Amino acid sequence: MRAAVLTLLLLTALPAHAQEEPRVPEVPLVADLSSHLVAITSRFTGTDVLLFGATDGPGDVAVVVTGPKRDEVVRHKTRVGPIWINTKDVTLASVPSYYRVVSSRPVEEFVPQTLLTRHEIGVDNIRMLTADENIPLDQLAEFRKALVRLKTNEGLYDQGIGAINMMSNRLFRAELHFPSNVPVGTYNVQVYLFREGQVVAAEIVPLNISKIGIGADIYDFAHNFASLYGLLAVLLAASAGWAASAVFRRV
Amino acid sequence: MPIYLPIAELSVNIWLVLGMGGIVGLLSGLFGVGGGFLMTPLLIFIGVPPTVAVGTQSVQIVASSVSGMLAHMRRNNVDFLMGGVLTAGGLIGSSLGVYLFNILKSTGHIDLTISLGYVVFLGVVGGFMLMESLPGALKKRPVAQALAARGPGRHIWMHGLPFKIRFRRSKLYISALLPAGIGFLVGLLVAMMGVGGGFLIVPAMIYLLGMPTQVVIGTSLFQITFVTAITALLQAIVNQSVDVVLALLLLVIAVISAQIGARLSGKVKGEQLRVMLAGMVLLVAISLAIGLVLPPKEPFSITVGNTP
Repeated sequence: MRAAVLTLLLLTALPAHAQEEPRVPEVPLVADLSSHLVAITSRFTGTDVLLFGATDGPGDVAVVVTGPKRDEVVRHKTRVGPIWINTKDVTLASVPSYYRVVSSRPVEEFVPQTLLTRHEIGVDNIRMLTADENIPLDQLAEFRKALVRLKTNEGLYDQGIGAINMMSNRLFRAELHFPSNVPVGTYNVQVYLFREGQVVAAEIVPLNISKIGIGADIYDFAHNFASLYGLLAVLLAASAGWAASAVFRRV
Repeated sequence: MPIYLPIAELSVNIWLVLGMGGIVGLLSGLFGVGGGFLMTPLLIFIGVPPTVAVGTQSVQIVASSVSGMLAHMRRNNVDFLMGGVLTAGGLIGSSLGVYLFNILKSTGHIDLTISLGYVVFLGVVGGFMLMESLPGALKKRPVAQALAARGPGRHIWMHGLPFKIRFRRSKLYISALLPAGIGFLVGLLVAMMGVGGGFLIVPAMIYLLGMPTQVVIGTSLFQITFVTAITALLQAIVNQSVDVVLALLLLVIAVISAQIGARLSGKVKGEQLRVMLAGMVLLVAISLAIGLVLPPKEPFSITVGNTP
């Protein structure tokens, strides 16, 4: 019965769509996330978001995840007398607060350096600018390296090799990890499809990381109504102290 | 069990925080010390940013000093005029302290300042405690004698200061600038280091001002309550560094364990414990000092600048 219906459908459909049949995979790359919102609640200890997608044939996939950009002040301690003091600092402008690259194999193997630089693929290719023009280039490089190293230690920067699973050269999936100290804001997940050293297709999937629940409410309250928050905190403490003295007087 | 601290922006183990608060509370009940000087470095040690540790600690001190102050008020052991003058000086000191704190934070020297402050401060406190509790040192007390000799009986430079006020409850006729100056120093300490300052204000009141010991504790608690309350408010407004979740955890456990400690203090051998506490305090001071002198494993550090 089903076979008969299918045959009938095919027969009726065939004359109208005969020419368009080979063009079915119009987009070479599709990708999406299992969730577009990561909620940081009071019990948040980090999370994984699944990235999945399909390509229209063989190729290499590289994914760059970047967190909201902000200025980072990198400080360097040197010895002054007997103690170590921060003596030099460099402000690196619009640095991603979070950065992660996942790819099917090491990106250097299938992406030429010009494209790595252009698309900021890999921790060494992140664009970091400084307003301080007096600083020598080799010193600047040292501060840049320090930033990447510190961020990596915090779990906020990572270059995971082979973290993408490719299935029959068509489907791919990757777990993107976000640690407990992940900054809030809008994230961009950029997915690139490479063939013969060229970007064939690219797609950007947004991801929102925000605090929700009582923790977020407290944070917002403390920043938006700082005086009232401080007043309430002090009153809370004073009444706790008063309650304690009242209770323990009777015991 | 992890709990998220919304202002410190990190997850900590709730039992770790409660355990620390409990031990510090027990010690403060046993020895009648504030405990802020132990709690703030411990909080920094478990990863709470120094700014949040100091700001939050001032809220917790409000809670513990309020209950002490009320107990002394019931026994009429508070010199309100003296307390008021001390508080006035304290307010100026803490305002300046919060302002300095903010400047040091933006220039990247706040961690060093807090560490250095604690090295000096814990070194002095631990040293005095050790001297007091070791039997040989107990008899002599050279420092106390030297300070006491400058008491109200002798006329020195500080008695020539203007703005003399009669403090009836303390039976003193001295310049208001003296208690105001002491209050100022204590206020500075509260704002910069997250301590109540009882260790400084109590000896200063006894030896420098010559106040009767009966009113010293109650009056110092009066000053500490109001100065820490204003400091907490300023820290919340200027630095947004008061974490109520952390403060609530700490103050609940500290209030309970301080009461247990106070009850235990009559039963345990104080001398040995005091030597141990002194040793512990000195150990913290020494390890902090070593941390400042040794070449750091990672000479670089990052802090968030502006959001573009």
